[in-house]
Amino acid sequence: MSLLNSIIVLDIIAGVLAVVLVLANRTLVQYDDVTLDVNDGEEEFTVEGGSTLLEGLIENEVYIPSACGGQGSCGYCTVNVKEGGGPVLPTEEPMLSREQLMEGTRLACQVKVRNDIEVEIEDKYLRIQKYRAEVIKTVDVTPSIVEITFDLKEPETIDFKAGQYVQMQVPTDSGTIDRAYSIASEESMTDKLTLNVQLVEGGVGSTYIHSLEVGDEVEFTGPYGDFVIQDSDKDIIGLAAGVGLAPFRSIVFSLFSEEYTTDREVWLFFGARYKDDMYYKEKFERLEEEHDNFHYVPVRSVPDPDWEGEVGHNTDIVGDYLGEESEKEVYLCGPPPMMQQAIDIFTEEFDVLEEDILFDDFY
Amino acid sequence: MKLLSILIAAIFAHNIALRYFLGWCPLVSQSKKLSSAWGMGVAVTLVMTVTSVLNWPIYHYLLVPFGLEYLQYIAFIIVIASSVQVLEMAIERFFPSLYTTMGVFLPLITVNCAILGVSLFMILRDYTFLTGLVYALGSGIGWTVAIISLASIREKLRFAKVPKPLQGPGITMLIAGIMAFAFLGFSGMVGIE
Ligand SMILES: Cc1cc2nc3c(=O)[nH]c(=O)nc-3n(C[C@H](O)[C@H](O)[C@H](O)COP(=O)(O)OP(=O)(O)OC[C@H]3O[C@@H](n4cnc5c(N)ncnc54)[C@H](O)[C@@H]3O)c2cc1C
Ligand code: FES
Repeated sequence: MSLLNSIIVLDIIAGVLAVVLVLANRTLVQYDDVTLDVNDGEEEFTVEGGSTLLEGLIENEVYIPSACGGQGSCGYCTVNVKEGGGPVLPTEEPMLSREQLMEGTRLACQVKVRNDIEVEIEDKYLRIQKYRAEVIKTVDVTPSIVEITFDLKEPETIDFKAGQYVQMQVPTDSGTIDRAYSIASEESMTDKLTLNVQLVEGGVGSTYIHSLEVGDEVEFTGPYGDFVIQDSDKDIIGLAAGVGLAPFRSIVFSLFSEEYTTDREVWLFFGARYKDDMYYKEKFERLEEEHDNFHYVPVRSVPDPDWEGEVGHNTDIVGDYLGEESEKEVYLCGPPPMMQQAIDIFTEEFDVLEEDILFDDFY
Repeated sequence: MKLLSILIAAIFAHNIALRYFLGWCPLVSQSKKLSSAWGMGVAVTLVMTVTSVLNWPIYHYLLVPFGLEYLQYIAFIIVIASSVQVLEMAIERFFPSLYTTMGVFLPLITVNCAILGVSLFMILRDYTFLTGLVYALGSGIGWTVAIISLASIREKLRFAKVPKPLQGPGITMLIAGIMAFAFLGFSGMVGIE
């Protein structure tokens, strides 16, 4: 009897509390639909209140860069919120500069849309599209990097600048997440797209891409990014390490394609650890033979006895190759220590202006 | 008069944090910044008051008549857990900035022993509904006083040379201990029974 009583009494308490929770959930967590205004009425969407601004934009096919997939760690998803963004959150502060905070710049992935909101988005982002594509080729170029090529289905072509990246939509149990991958194919090839993807231990996105087989369909958005060749006649100096070579494959082969050949001096210093990591070596060496103004310098940090090239890190040896006279534009993509070291060397020893140093931060 | 003395006793002489050493996990972890200490203090006070208001009738009108006093722990904990859930939703809605600052510590109020402690003390000492309410409110304010003072001291501590092994939680425990000594001075002031 007492057992039955205790069960009944506990059930009553739990039941009443459950009802309260459901009601609270209804009234506090669920919001009415709100209006999302882009660029002073240029576009106007209705989005579900309570979602993030980034989700609201993506849902309405406005694809702003969000390389970390909304985790608040890349700081790429900045938009100007003119009205209705609420207070700046502690998760945004470290990613925004003082000027950005003053201007009302926010991280779209952190801002929750609770009431009508007005934002400003640069025109170039409004042109970004979503693509559907089919895997047509996969090649293991190193033990951990796959070169994967897609045929575009819809839209059938993509217009991008060498050095830009796309965001692959990675399906997971809890919806899709975005991961950024640099386009490795040349600009002139607009109906196909090649990526180089390094397998990251336990990584959601890279594991997904490595699991793809010929015939599989994927979706991505793009193109994004400002890591593109600037319009000038300065020498182009590229430093890459590991999978950071991906954007350089696109850049170099776009600078020396059948349709167009640059007359600027182009250098590529590529750092790899072991023999197997030295991918695309023959490709670049062949290009170097065909063009007097392209110079390819592979560097091994852990050489084996038959390695005849440079030894060390690419930042150690750039000084042996480059003169100080010519004006330089520097392009960097690799692990953070390499990029930091390269920035130091080029600003201090070669007097390169900071604005002439571009880098693509994968990490 | 009795209510007033209970209120003052709960804030000072019988401070739940510094006399009974309850609710120390958030006390140590959320006292780094004054602003988050305030947020935590207000949240704990709210939950404490709301849960005792709910727990009193549950105990006296539901558990006692059926002779189920032994269920008080389970019953109180469910009430606390759901109150925190509701509070969490409300804070997220109305104070998003506070919500991100408190992060995981907000749901952790659920397992804050000070909250359960106050409800249990209220029953143990046979308080009436009103006394219980005042006691809970006082304990909440007392806990807030404790965390605010601790946070203020810790903010000043930035200019002090704390030996390395003591930095962080170590020195915080020491300070809280000294504060507890200081609060002993209130003990002759008012009684609570
Ligand atoms: C602009 C841009 C361009 C990029 N281009 C390329 C590209 O061309 N090729 C490519 O392979 N990747 C590229 N990346 C990196 C890529 O977007 C992912 O970060 C990477 O593939 C890891 O994602 P994941 O989902 O597999 O791992 P996650 O599930 O996100 O992370 C798993 C674990 O790995 C760690 N981790 C995250 N990123 C890395 C990393 N890069 N190396 C080592 N550990 C990591 C995380 O901290 C975490 O602990 C680019 C990133 C950016 C921002
Ligand atoms: S998507 Fe990376 S910070 Fe917002």
